[in-house]
Amino acid sequence: MGILDFLRAKPKNTASIARERLRIIVAQERSTRGGPDYLPLLRSELLEVIRKYVNIDPEAVQVNLESDTGHDVLELSVALPDDEKKS
Amino acid sequence: MTEIIVVTSGKGGVGKTTTSASLATGLAQAGKKVAVIDFDVGLRNLDLIMGCERRVVYDFVNVIQGEATLKQALIKDKRNDKLFVLAASQTRDKDALTQEGVEKVLDELKKEGFDYVVCDSPAGIEKGAHLAMYFADHAMVVVNPEVSSVRDSDRILGLLASKTRHAEGGQATVKQHLLLTRYNPVRVEAGEMLSVKDVEDILGLPVVGVIPESENVLAASNAGEPVILDAQSMAGQAYADAVARVLGEERPLRFLEVPKKGLFKRMFGG
Ligand SMILES: Nc1ncnc2c1ncn2[C@@H]1O[C@H](COP(=O)(O)OP(=O)(O)OP(=O)(O)O)[C@@H](O)[C@H]1O
Ligand SMILES: [Mg+2]
Repeated sequence: MGILDFLRAKPKNTASIARERLRIIVAQERSTRGGPDYLPLLRSELLEVIRKYVNIDPEAVQVNLESDTGHDVLELSVALPDDEKKS
Repeated sequence: MTEIIVVTSGKGGVGKTTTSASLATGLAQAGKKVAVIDFDVGLRNLDLIMGCERRVVYDFVNVIQGEATLKQALIKDKRNDKLFVLAASQTRDKDALTQEGVEKVLDELKKEGFDYVVCDSPAGIEKGAHLAMYFADHAMVVVNPEVSSVRDSDRILGLLASKTRHAEGGQATVKQHLLLTRYNPVRVEAGEMLSVKDVEDILGLPVVGVIPESENVLAASNAGEPVILDAQSMAGQAYADAVARVLGEERPLRFLEVPKKGLFKRMFGG
């Protein structure tokens, strides 16, 4: 392997990092879209509260507003980690 | 029937004006009567890209405010007599554009028998961008293979689905076309840039075209000739393909691969 190859070797695959970050943020923003403006804030405050007790991923909290003939239902789901660690 | 196409993106500087100029020119080349309107009030630019900046006398806001007729304000393209430009006003008054005013101008263009009206949106999601998309039948969402642009275009797709006349009426939807521009196959291959498939997967939409990053775009804007007129350039050909697809033709995507043999290899027989 020449010196040039060495210098150019292994650029980090940043595209795949970008793809993963976008996948998560786009899904998250879509889930609160069209709902009231407070949904994203509600979501992040919930995340903070839950994190006082369980160490969860930021994506583990899903907030959805479902409109069901006349009723609006706020749907919350929190995925707990497998090895549930209390902090 | 007049079809209104908004060229929009959310993020600034991704290629909306470049795209509007080439889209409008391409549609006119296909024999359609086309008007292209600059909605970027305060930051007129489309006139430069179209090469008609010295012929602007009246603008969009003059027409809305009744200071000029539409006929007086429409600038006929010097290369194609089916193509007309309506320049943005340089006023700093943010309220110069109104929904009623925009509707009035669009209705008049319909009466004049235009086949297409291309609306070059300003960046952002504020009033100008909102009005540019509000009456649209089609949207061309311009996106670069880059995180903030992709995220912003998803935001725009959401607005197109909720904050437009069609969405509010609940009758029809705005037909969405995703245009990926400034694409660099070499960087994609090196894992440094999102690929066509990445962007399609994240946004859940197929692309209507992929425009390569190309130095011909700057040359075209220097000369005031929409890059689609540079039929030798890859960017020009990619725009021509995209316009044909908008008109319903099926064409395979081109210029997505790294050129097999570089100049170096050809010279030295790689
Ligand atoms: N395919 C391309 N290859 C290389 N450069 C490009 C390409 N497309 C656009 N550009 C360049 O990017 C810059 C921004 O383009 P353009 O003005 O069309 O963007 P815009 O989205 O209209 O910007 P704004 O949000 O300010 O209205 C220009 O300098 C243009 O020449
Ligand atoms: Mg522009």
